Amino acid sequence: MAPSPVVANVGISMIEILLPALLGGLILAMVTGPLGCFVVWRRMSYFGDTLAHSALLGVAFGLFLEINTSVAITGGCAVMAIILVVLQQQKQLAVDTLLGILAHSSLSLGLVTLSFMPQIQIDLMAYLFGDLLAIDWTDLPWIAAGACAVLALIGFNWRSLLLTTLHEELAAVEGIPVRSLRLLLMLLMSLVIALAMKVVGVLLVTSLLIIPAATARFYSRTPEQMALLASLCGMLAVLSGLGLSWWLNTPAGPSVVLAGFFFFSAALTARLIGKRLQAKIAFQRE
Amino acid sequence: MRSTRAAYSLSADISLIDLHNVSLWIDNRSILSNIQFSLRANEIMTIIGPNGAGKSSLARVVLGLLKPTSGQIKRKAGLRIGYVPQNFHVDSTFPVTVKRFMQLAENSVNWQQSLQQTNMDAFADQALSSLSGGELQRVLLARALQLKPQLLVLDEPAQGIDISGQTEFYQLIREARDQIHCSVLLISHDLHLVMAATDQVLCLNQHICCAGHPATVSNDPAFIHLFGEQAARSLAVYHHHHDHHHHADGTIASGSECRHKHD
Repeated sequence: MAPSPVVANVGISMIEILLPALLGGLILAMVTGPLGCFVVWRRMSYFGDTLAHSALLGVAFGLFLEINTSVAITGGCAVMAIILVVLQQQKQLAVDTLLGILAHSSLSLGLVTLSFMPQIQIDLMAYLFGDLLAIDWTDLPWIAAGACAVLALIGFNWRSLLLTTLHEELAAVEGIPVRSLRLLLMLLMSLVIALAMKVVGVLLVTSLLIIPAATARFYSRTPEQMALLASLCGMLAVLSGLGLSWWLNTPAGPSVVLAGFFFFSAALTARLIGKRLQAKIAFQRE
Repeated sequence: MRSTRAAYSLSADISLIDLHNVSLWIDNRSILSNIQFSLRANEIMTIIGPNGAGKSSLARVVLGLLKPTSGQIKRKAGLRIGYVPQNFHVDSTFPVTVKRFMQLAENSVNWQQSLQQTNMDAFADQALSSLSGGELQRVLLARALQLKPQLLVLDEPAQGIDISGQTEFYQLIREARDQIHCSVLLISHDLHLVMAATDQVLCLNQHICCAGHPATVSNDPAFIHLFGEQAARSLAVYHHHHDHHHHADGTIASGSECRHKHD
């Protein structure tokens, strides 16, 4: 390879390495916006965590059975989602207790299973905290296809999902298949977690769902606004997080989460100050 | 096809819902036993009973949310039900305006008209979570009405509303009934304020204690036994005032084994 000027070299490699990661992250953020809103509205963040923890079990089984890791993760999460929906119907134990048990047991089972395969070298840190820079052009079609499927399913069931979220019985009386929708949401979450794993990793994946949606809540009056704003916030977080990661050489996943947290804090602060000012103005008028 | 349907809807005698010997058990506990009644078109029925009498469970059986353990329930084919639930809590994380909430129905072209019907049209752009209890109930009623229901089911709709608000709300229900000719099934915990326009009262304590026109039910020994002299008297007094609205045509058997029959 002919030596080329240093500056040009950096420019090319930056685009080469960063662009797939950036595109993948942006596509994902588009999906986690609306889906994250449902996680916030329905208080499902614990579910997201549990599903994400079971993703590592999927990785282990994928390697063990020699099938595609993404498929294995989606499958593992989906099985866990179904188990959760079924277990929710018993009443002896609270849901959060069950979730705690399942989350850590499946994570541990995943780690123990991996330890039985010493011949396989995997970067555990990458699975736990994500390795955005490991995303290459071959991953992009999968991410895009998965994202389109999730967005289409959410869009197609939008009205039913909203009404079910507001009041399940009212929705059921109006003929909406409430149970199937609950399962659908869980399965969609499984798929998104599998897709997002490379970006932020098992331990941080729920934050990509929750933080943008929570940020968007401060500035929206309708569910549609909140979903759209959440997507934008997520994309902004991916963009600035990756920039941070590139220039300061920080780990990609945590950088994206931190960027998201920064925007959340800014939105919250602005909201609080705005309310204060409004109250002051109202007070002075009187 | 069309003519038969028209003939059906014209006939007032056809019942919308028929419950035949319906019993419900949950976790080995009897919730409802041998419930039997039918609700005809254009009729207002109020179900009253003490706490834990199974009123809400009965409403949920009628709505199809709970399957009875035994017995049969027959609904008129294609029955459209409008439902005003008991505890409608809008989570503050969910941003939704009154207008958007109205539009979440399958057929929402008439949402404005429905809001006008319950005097809530001025609130269209307000956040649903900012409404008071009474306002929220009226929005829920508007939303149920916009479905053009043949049957309106309301579960303790006046809970948390003051007396004048309750009377107003009952008036709205009655107007709606007269306008769209639906039947109304009303669950009420308040014995003193059973809707004046009620055609039938069903007094429930897991089984049907007594049933009939309000004026007759209040004199029923089973009713007096269940709710005490005072409640019986106040129900009677209340309906004494409103006797002129309708004729007392409910018939009633005595004791707790009563099976009511219309007309």
